[in-house]
Order: sequence, then C-alpha cells, then structure tokens
Amino acid sequence: MKKSRDDYLTIFFIAIAATYILATLALPMYAILSKSIENKEGLFIGLSNYKYYFSNPSLFYSIYNSLFVSIITTIISVTLSFMFAYALTRSCMRAKPFFKTMAMIPILLPSLLAGIALIYLFGNQGVFKALLMGRSIYGPIGIIIAEVFYTFPHALLIIITALSIADARLYEAATVLRSSPIRTFFTVTIPSAKYGLMSACFVVFTLVITDFGIPKVIGGQYNVLAIDVYKQVIGQQNFEMGAVVSVVLIIPALLAFIVDRIVQKKQISILTARSVVYEPKKNKTFDLMMFLYCSLITLFILTMVGMCLYASLIKFWPYNLSFSLKNYHFDLMDGGGWDSYYNSIKMASYTAFFGTIIVFTSAYFIEKARTIKTARIMMHLLSMMPMAIPGMVLGLAYIFFFNNPNNPFNFIYGTMAILVICTITHFYTVSHLTAITALKQIDYEFESVSSSLKQPFYKMFFSVTVPISLPVIFEIGIYFFVNAMTTVSAVVFIYGPKTTLASVAVLNMDDAGDIAPAAAMGMMIFYTNAFVRISYVIITKKVLVKFQQWRTK
Amino acid sequence: MTHYLTVKNVSKSFGKFQALQNTSFEVQEGELVCILGPSGCGKTTLLRVIAGLEEQNSGQIIQQGREITNLPPDQRDFGIVFQSYALFPNLSVKDNITFGLKTRKQSNEIIEQRLNELLSLIGLESHKNKYPSQLSGGEQQRVALARALAPSPGLLLLDEPLSALDAKVRQFLRSEIKNLQKKLGVTTVMVTHDQEEALSMADRIILMNKGVIEQIDTPQDLYSKPHTSFAADFIGKTNLFKATKNTEHSLMMFGQNFECHQLLTQNELMVAVRPEDIKITDQITKNNTLSGVVKEIEFLGSYSIGLIEVSHNNQRKSLICHLPLDNNARNDLKKNSLVNILLSPQSLKIVNSDLQI
Repeated sequence: MKKSRDDYLTIFFIAIAATYILATLALPMYAILSKSIENKEGLFIGLSNYKYYFSNPSLFYSIYNSLFVSIITTIISVTLSFMFAYALTRSCMRAKPFFKTMAMIPILLPSLLAGIALIYLFGNQGVFKALLMGRSIYGPIGIIIAEVFYTFPHALLIIITALSIADARLYEAATVLRSSPIRTFFTVTIPSAKYGLMSACFVVFTLVITDFGIPKVIGGQYNVLAIDVYKQVIGQQNFEMGAVVSVVLIIPALLAFIVDRIVQKKQISILTARSVVYEPKKNKTFDLMMFLYCSLITLFILTMVGMCLYASLIKFWPYNLSFSLKNYHFDLMDGGGWDSYYNSIKMASYTAFFGTIIVFTSAYFIEKARTIKTARIMMHLLSMMPMAIPGMVLGLAYIFFFNNPNNPFNFIYGTMAILVICTITHFYTVSHLTAITALKQIDYEFESVSSSLKQPFYKMFFSVTVPISLPVIFEIGIYFFVNAMTTVSAVVFIYGPKTTLASVAVLNMDDAGDIAPAAAMGMMIFYTNAFVRISYVIITKKVLVKFQQWRTK
Repeated sequence: MTHYLTVKNVSKSFGKFQALQNTSFEVQEGELVCILGPSGCGKTTLLRVIAGLEEQNSGQIIQQGREITNLPPDQRDFGIVFQSYALFPNLSVKDNITFGLKTRKQSNEIIEQRLNELLSLIGLESHKNKYPSQLSGGEQQRVALARALAPSPGLLLLDEPLSALDAKVRQFLRSEIKNLQKKLGVTTVMVTHDQEEALSMADRIILMNKGVIEQIDTPQDLYSKPHTSFAADFIGKTNLFKATKNTEHSLMMFGQNFECHQLLTQNELMVAVRPEDIKITDQITKNNTLSGVVKEIEFLGSYSIGLIEVSHNNQRKSLICHLPLDNNARNDLKKNSLVNILLSPQSLKIVNSDLQI
C-alpha cells in the first residue's frame, strides 16, 4: 500500500525515537562492554580484565554478600508488604487510605536516608542501640533493614495490584464448598496473586543488588558488587575494572528482568473481563489484627523519617539537643551547598518535562501507528531494556560514551543535559509501560476514524489522545520528578563541578562525616517530593476535574 | 448500470489463516449492501480492506472508476462507523461531528450550517453540547453516523453498527438508518452477523463463510432460493436431507418418492426444506408425504415448533416444522402421536453442500 503523509510522519518520528534510544542506551552499553575488554591504553586485551578480576578472592565475597543481602531483603520485604497489601485489600480495617499513603513515604526519600536514619537509631550513639544486643548496625543488618524500608513501597504497589484483581466468584465457590479459610488462602488467594508476588520478588531483588547508596552509608566493611563498582571508579579511577564489575552486576539484574517479563506475560492471561470484584467482609478480630500490623509498619516508617527530621533540626547529636537550623546551612559544607539542591530541582523538572514528552510520544507511535510494525516492536523491546540496567552501570557507560572526544555529543559531558538524559533513560521503562497501558485502553479505531475523516494524526493526538491521557501524563511526570530528585546511582559518576546534586550531596556529606547536614539535605528532598505529590493530588482534584468534565455521566 | 464499487479477487491472510479468498462483488450507486456471516468469516476484514485499514495480499478495488487498491485510508472517499462508535470522549457532540470539517478551509458559517443539517438529520439538535458519555447508546450511534457523513463521503461503511445496542433500540435504528440512507442516497456497505438486521435493511446481501462468498442476492431470494446448505442453514431455520435423483423432477428420500420443481442434474443431492413449508396433513398421498412421530412441541406464542422424527431403514432423522396454533389446539397433536407430513414439490430446495449428514 502507498504510504500516506501520516505514515511518513510516523516513520520520521520512529526514526528519531530510535536514534535517541540507540544514542542514549544501546551505544553507551556497547561502550561499557568494549571498555571491559580493553587495557588502560585502550587496546583490546580480550578477557584478561575478567581473568584478573575473577582471580581476586575478594570478588567472591562481594558476590556472596550481594546475593545474601538481596535474597534476605527480598524475603523480608515481600513478606511484610504482602501482609500489608493483604490488610489493605482483604480486610475491613479503618484508615486504609492513611496507611497506604504512609507506606508510600519511602519512595519520596533518597535511599541513603534510610541508612542515615538507622545510624541515628542504632548506630554507635543510637537511640535504640541496646536492642541490637551488642551487634553492629554497620554491616548486613543495617543494609537489610534499610533496604527493606527502601523497597517496601515498590513491592507493596505490585502486590496490591495483584491482590485487587481477585475474582469474588472463586471465593464464593470456596465458601459454598465449605473450604476452611486457611485452605481458601492457599488454594485461591496465593495462586491468584502468585505472579504478582514473583514480580515483587524480582523487583526487590534487582533494586537491592544494584543499590549502592545504602551499603555505602551503613555497610561498614561489608563489600557488595555495587560498592565495588563505585570503589573502582571513584576510589581507584580504574575505569576498565569498573566496567568489568558493571558487566558482572548486570547479569543478575538482567536475569531477574527476563524472568519477570515472562511471568508478567502470564499474569495478563489470568484476567478475564467477567471477573467479579472481591469485597472483603467484616471480621472484628482479623480487622483489628491487620490494623495493629499496619500501625506497626507505619510507626517504623514514621520513626525512620522522624529520626532524620529530628536529627536535621538539632545542634549536635547526642550532646546538644537544642533546636537549630544550622544543619541546613549547606553552603558551609562539602557537597555543593544549596546550589546542589537548586540543581536537583532543575534537573528533576527538566527530566519530568522532557522525559514525559519523549516517553509518551514514543509510546504513542509504538502503540498506535499502523505502519512499520517490526520497527515498532523493536522500539518497544529497546524501551524495556533500561529496567535491566543498574543506574550506576548506566552512568559509567555514559562516561565512556560521552566523554570520548570523538563523540559529536561530547559537549554535553559535565553539563545538566547529560544528567537529564541519563535519568530519563534510567527511569524510562516504568514510564513507558505506564504510557503503553494507558494507550491500550484508548479505542484503536480513533486513528482509523481520524484518517477516514482525512485529518492528520497529530490533530487527533493533540485534541483527543493527550487530553484523555492527561492524568497518566501527569503521573509519568511526577514519577520522573520524584525519582530524579532521589536517584544517586544514575548520576554519581557524571555530575560535574557545576552540576552537583542534592542526592549526591547527601552521599558526600555523609562520607565527610557531616551526617546531620546529610540528613537535612535528604529531608529537603523529602519535603520537595512530598510537596510535589500533595500539590498533584490537589491539582487533580480541583483543576483536572475542570478539564475532565466529559468523564462524568 | 454503473458499478459504484468493484471488489475483484481480493485475498487476505493473517499468517496461516486465510481471512479472505478471492472475494469479488459489485455495489451499485445508492445501494445498501450487507455483508453477512458468522463471526470469523472475514466480513470485517473485507470492510477494513475496502477502507484501506487492512492491506489485501492480492486483488483490486475500484471506486467510481478510480482504482483505490493501494491508497491509504486518508486518500480514499468513505466515512466509517465502528461497532464501538469510537466517539472522541473528550469532545462534545458538536466537536465530534465537525472533526472532519475543520481543516477543509471552510468558513465557520458553512461548518455551522452543515452541523445543524446533520443534527436535525439525526434528531439530536438539543444535544450538541453534550459529551458522548452523557448520551444513550442509540444517540451515540447516531452521532457516530453524523460524524461519518459530515464530509459527504461517497461511500458509507458500517461495521456492526447496531450490535452494541438493546433489542428495542436496535429495531428502531434499523429502519432509521435505512431511511436515512435512502434519503441521502449514499452507497453503503454494512457488516453484520445478525441475519434479521441484514434481511430487513439490505438491498442485497453478501453472505460469507470461512473467507468465501457463499451467495449474493436480495434478501427475498437468499431466503427462498439458497444456493448452498450453508446459506439455507444460516438464514432462518432449515431441515437438510440427503437424497438421490430419481428422474429430472423427482428424488428419493427416506425410501419415498418426492416430486420436485427444480431440475435435477446430480445424482447425490442435498435437499433443504424450511420448517414453515412442512405441512401436517390427514391424507397420505403416493408422493411427497412422510409419516413420523411428534417428539417435542415448543410453544412460541404465535406458533409452535414441532420436532418430528421420521425413520427409515433403522435410521432416524428429526425434522423441525412450524405448527400453526389451530393445529396445536387439536387434541391429536401431542407428544408421541403419529402424524403425516407433506413436503410439497415447491418446498424442496436443492442446495450445494460440503456437509456430511
């Protein structure tokens, strides 16, 4: 068939999007792979870097430690969040919205802050140090507690979704067949939430094994793979070896990612349009137990945040407990001062703005165009890749790729642009999936109608698709903003002297021993994210409603 | 007469699945043609190929003397209404209808005038500022129709336009659309799986099965002169029997001789008989009668349906026949009673068949 003007425009845009994703993802990843088989002079030396690295016994400790911490965290975090999600979806306890909101708090914080909170709570001068009975928080215990805190909301969101698609008819059938509640739980509840649980496990595992902020702050002498990358690059300036560890670090993340994708595909097939939504029934004892459990978790979360807030507001822990704002005088410390904070705001805003446009437009073409199907499928697969790549590895790949003098885009190295691009790529997949899911719910015949009426697709896009998708577009924007504010791993290698960031400042101040200012800066990030989130809720309630009148019957 | 639309040998497959096999037909100007068939028969694919939304593997499509086979949808001249209506939910009725008018360099007055024309055509003048979600299903359907008609396309394509509606609304809109179509004289191709809809609306019906056109005929002829066992069975209810040729105008069935009006050419025959053409009779004549046992009577208001079992050589076969009410009232027509039935020479329709019965 002849190509229409729309088809040419589509091909043009897909080509741009493909070039973008190749330049910001595929080529940098290629750069890091090739770097790992080069020596310092840039000559090809095959696998000798790997041989050298694998002959080093400390590596095996790192791998063992990484796996140990990741697996234990996964078990604890998924168990706790499953119970929490169960309480939210299957009980009639009070204050569900409150608990759900509180459980989301860790998402708004840089992961480092969890480590800092633990130092104040259980560190050498910690409030509850006695609870550890002589064991040290610096090491696996601290890492695991902090990682559980950090991964809890991520697991919770997935499991809530899995539990809320329950089919009431199955439960009715079980009741009619006189199945005991415990039997029903194991034969109905667990199997139908199985894929969600598995998905949560993979997500938590990947988050933990690729995270380096928490082990850095509270790991003490306990080495993990992510720390190895950091040490090789920042500590020893050994980029080739950093590349080697990065490649090693990608393997578990990539495996978890692939298995997760397979599992996710199955999840969709168990959903049927005829399912009846499950409504929990009142049960005083059970509801009370669930309420107490959720209160306990919420108390833990609030204690962690509250401790940081308190620590940031007092003069000198634990000797001078009078209130002061001196910890917020960032300009007097390492880490770039208040400029870091303003840079972060700028970076997060740019990321949200450009990231949302890039993600949503690409997703639109991938999902709705009717031409060049193979290219669109390839684009979708490429868009899924960033999820499998640890932020630090991506950052390191950007150094190799963009710092190369032969790269025509070399000029963005050390600027705000590279931070924005790296962050967009790092958080691309989740945003892409959100956009695709939303676009899938829009009638596929819209494009057909529009072309039968001889209107260009962009008229359709701007006057129908975008207005309909506004809530999702905002959701993606906020996701980018919040994550850009908190991310350390994606940017720690590529920020420049003029582009220091708040999240990195937390790391550097903590490194320099300024823990209270680090907590204060972490809290600044929290205030900002909380402000953005709350404003969003208000905006959706008040303003968006005005533009969404057509939704009401 | 000139053909407005000609579809020649169009084939389309999705992977190994052959959705359309060498389909050919013509549509006259101003005609309303229904493509009818069970789900998966390729009827929607055919419509989408005509619209250019699906690309055929081979074949040719000509509209008003212009070859459109390889043109993208926006270079063809048609308006389309989908099963889902695909109304833009965030645009008002007015904006939906004028969506296709705006960039055509038309002045606002002309657009406004056209809008009012269309609104009065569909009888929704007072709803022009409402959003689709505030309208009933039938109203939404009419807005979709008005939107498709707004740029005055030469060809109107309707993809199951009524199937999402309640039975009552559906019946009302059938005649509404039919009248509108006649009034505007727009050539229309409509896809449906509902035989009643096709019979009541179409000038001609294209009956499809498994990617192949079984028969193209007026509704009356399709019903009374089905060419194939599929046509006989899909439209209305039919009894299908195997028979063998006796002479040019008589055949053997259940060990009985039956006279038949049609000229018989083959030896192995497939005979279709409509339930309403089977008569209960008191007389046993030499030809064209059978005796059987009433197995079931199903009361359906204005008439009843009887299931009559006929046996021959230890083989049993059930016939469906209509029982007028006065028959039903008769005392002797009860379950398990013996009856004689008459299959008149006109009622026997010889059809082509690939069925094994």
